[in-house]
Amino acid sequence: MARAKLPRKSTTVDMTAMCDVAFLLLAFFILATKFKPPEALKVDTPNSVSTKIVLDKDVVQVTIDKNGKVYFSVSESNPNQKADILDDINTAKNLGLSAEEKKNFTHTPNAYIGVPFSQLKAFLDKSPEDLKNVILAGIPVLDSNNNEMVDWFRAAATAFAGTKMNVVVKGDDASKYPSFGGVIWALKRNDLMKFQIVTNPVAVPVGTELYKVNVATGTKGSSD
Amino acid sequence: MAEVDTSGGGKHKKGPGVKKGKKLSTRVDLTPMCDLGFLLITFFIFTTTMSQPTAMRMFLPKDVKNPDEQNKVKNSAVITLLLGKDDKIYYYEGDDPTKMLQTTFKMVRDVVVDKKRRTDPKDFVVVLKPTPDATYKNTVNILDEMTIDEVKRYAMVDISPVEYTLVQKTEAANGIK
Repeated sequence: MARAKLPRKSTTVDMTAMCDVAFLLLAFFILATKFKPPEALKVDTPNSVSTKIVLDKDVVQVTIDKNGKVYFSVSESNPNQKADILDDINTAKNLGLSAEEKKNFTHTPNAYIGVPFSQLKAFLDKSPEDLKNVILAGIPVLDSNNNEMVDWFRAAATAFAGTKMNVVVKGDDASKYPSFGGVIWALKRNDLMKFQIVTNPVAVPVGTELYKVNVATGTKGSSD
Repeated sequence: MAEVDTSGGGKHKKGPGVKKGKKLSTRVDLTPMCDLGFLLITFFIFTTTMSQPTAMRMFLPKDVKNPDEQNKVKNSAVITLLLGKDDKIYYYEGDDPTKMLQTTFKMVRDVVVDKKRRTDPKDFVVVLKPTPDATYKNTVNILDEMTIDEVKRYAMVDISPVEYTLVQKTEAANGIK
């Protein structure tokens, strides 16, 4: 008996459509990716279950690097306040900063202050490229008699008077507590009782009290 | 996965002697290109950090000098956590630091939850005291732990010299440098 002859079909599939989809997705991902802006200060932040996104407007940021040195910066969207803060410090501490030196802080993106008042003039003379090779002293916070963050916060609070100022602390995992303690002390001295800590989001551990609450209310993470 | 050339081998022949121009297929095998596309997609997905940094809100208590205005807490309802060197936590209940016990960041949840269960919720207070040897990470982690354990009342306080000496002694006894 003759076997029924099955027609031989090609196993090749037209790849054009799949290829189109692949490249469409690729194009989407490339365009949607927002690359991290280059950071002048490298800081590894700790984790938390908080889900609130860090603000980027009206921010006064205090950065603590891994050696516990403290830096002060203001968000890019507030050049006027930035200038006011520096003017205020200049007048209060009699630093005699030139217009050029002030411009270095107010008109440079990602500009930060990382030296005591005594070195501020020399610090602002340097260009951002030069600063990469200089070891900065950081703003003194450890001694409560000489906590210069108090003056920076006071100047910032004055400059932001009328608008809501968001104090953000971004600390490195490896830095020791005293630097952070010094910043808190300076905040308290200025009656700035609210601030935010920059963290990396992590999931709430299963089985904990917050987890149970979140399951019950259908929320994720923590809003605080 | 070579493409089968279907265009050749035509049935209708042109007249004899007429040279047949070979018809080449315009189809290209797209499989490798598709592979490459997906490879790049995978690469971009893995390298993209979708998660933006989040902010933990923190409220500081006002320093009150007048003892009458200070918050009173019941001794039995308080647990104090001292953050030491090397990610160690020392804790004691009530107001006697000499009864200090030791734990780690992995185990501290049990300690806090256990104390919380044994205490009247309206009195329960956790006092956090980071020593100068504790890292910033320790401090933030313990604050986060308070959120995770749903501790409503906690305070971060500077460590007293007595407690710090005790912690240092314990650390020395345990050989933590």
